[in-house]
Amino acid sequence: MNAYWYCLHGIVLREWLRFVMQRSRFLSALVRPLLWLLVFAAGFRAALGIAIIAPYDTYITYETYIVPGLACMILLFNGMQGSLSMVYDREMGSMRVLLTSPLPRTFLLAAKLLATALISLLQVYAFLAIAWVYGVQPPAWGLLAALPALLLVALLLSALGLLLSNGIRQLENFAGVMNFVIFPLFFLSSALYPLWKMREASEWLYWLCALNPFSHAVELVRYALYLRLNPSALLVCLGFTLLFALLAVLTFNPQHAALRKAG
Amino acid sequence: MRLSHLACAIALGLASHTALAATAYVSNEKDDSISVIDLDTLEVTATLEVGMRPRGLLLSSDNKLLYICASDSDRVQMMDLATRRIIKELPSGADPEQFALHPNDRWLYISNEDDALVTVVDTQSDEVLAQIDVGVEPEGMAVSPDGKWAVNTSETTNMLHWIDTTTQQLVDNTLVDQRPRHVEFDLDGKRLWASAEIGGTVSIIDVASRQIEKVLTFQIKGVHPDKVQPVGVKLSDDGRYAFVALGPANHVAVVDAKTYEVLDYLLVGRRVWHMAFTPDQKQLLTTNGVSGDVSVIDVDRLKVSKSIKVGRYPWGVVVTP
Repeated sequence: MNAYWYCLHGIVLREWLRFVMQRSRFLSALVRPLLWLLVFAAGFRAALGIAIIAPYDTYITYETYIVPGLACMILLFNGMQGSLSMVYDREMGSMRVLLTSPLPRTFLLAAKLLATALISLLQVYAFLAIAWVYGVQPPAWGLLAALPALLLVALLLSALGLLLSNGIRQLENFAGVMNFVIFPLFFLSSALYPLWKMREASEWLYWLCALNPFSHAVELVRYALYLRLNPSALLVCLGFTLLFALLAVLTFNPQHAALRKAG
Repeated sequence: MRLSHLACAIALGLASHTALAATAYVSNEKDDSISVIDLDTLEVTATLEVGMRPRGLLLSSDNKLLYICASDSDRVQMMDLATRRIIKELPSGADPEQFALHPNDRWLYISNEDDALVTVVDTQSDEVLAQIDVGVEPEGMAVSPDGKWAVNTSETTNMLHWIDTTTQQLVDNTLVDQRPRHVEFDLDGKRLWASAEIGGTVSIIDVASRQIEKVLTFQIKGVHPDKVQPVGVKLSDDGRYAFVALGPANHVAVVDAKTYEVLDYLLVGRRVWHMAFTPDQKQLLTTNGVSGDVSVIDVDRLKVSKSIKVGRYPWGVVVTP
């Protein structure tokens, strides 16, 4: 048991040190959602506030609407960045050092997922604190209630990142992840616009958004922030986390890079 | 024995529940009805049918009677709140919109929008005591706490008309900004707050001199200035805040009632008309005409806590303890 704890501690510490060392990474993780909140949302301030949607009890400004989506955006980018660092680790050989550990590979990968998720949560709460000062103030208990929701979403997106990293052969291919994973996941979701608004625009766009697991992740966090549970979103998030994690473990092959180099 | 104890406890519990819960009455202009909201649960518990196009609402000083301006019925209706039945209809003159009750609990000052008149009705004898000529399209109506002044606003003449209640004569006018909709005296009756819908301002008038002391303007981030159309005004009894409903700007302005500084703008439903405090003044209710709901403002936190769906085009609101 001690060995497991020692290993988890080591992996989390490594992610933490990497996070502390790369201040610019922390800043960029914060600047991205803040730009959306302070610039983009300010421009669209009056665009919403025309209907009351669950879990809100009254009319809200657009800033209030997009905060849960932006919190998930941090998790999305970090999950994908996690996949980038996996590819990097593989290419640099540090992955092989990790795999010399006698512990099961599944545990190592789970620890890696958890470490990425925990670091992401720090960034999310830093963002929520700034949003609070800016005037987006969900109930104080909601910030606590959102913690398990955010953790689950962080794990979901890290698992997706891990799965993707198994499919990426080279670091340079990461741009493809941006174009074909991050952007569609984010823009085809309820992060920036409520789904009924999407339905007004087009029915098939609405269905794409409704089927996007990221929409469910955003709604799970949104409901939790306002002290409500969204059971369907919870089930979808749990289901996809397990699916992605399982596929990631099954397709994990640390020899990829090494073999390619050798060949 | 135990059962009877339990029954007693339940009965007491119910009694204390009804005693604690304040009730709001909201007039739905397009539904010809009044929505009743339980302020404990913040839910509509009943919808009462009344005369056509109900707008202004008032309570008698003992909170037992509800007066309703049924504009298109050309009547002021009197509802007994214990039975929730209309017990009397008063001759109000044509198209009554807003009204005010004199502190003597008898004289009702009613503005007749189409006839450029203020009608004074004795609510006990049902007699019309006076009809006073005022400006075109009279609307807002208030009686000073000492009962000396009745003030009417005329939307087209852009004036406040000062009526001496001892003689029921118009004695003075104060010119304000375009389309004055509503007037409200402060608790000690020294100042009068008057909103101007098209002017986009609220004038604060010194009652002794009947001169404008200060004109407030409003600017909301992201809302076009043309949409800032002040209508309802409510002042908290502790003298801290004035709340101004800004119509199609969908916001309520919070004003420091001492420094006249605008402190905040609170987002409510669409086209906010009028407001009413709960008896403890911890909550303020707003009627949002176009969105058909009532928003509840937490006065201590200055936050909107909930919006409650009512009938179509809610207009007036009053709260009983």
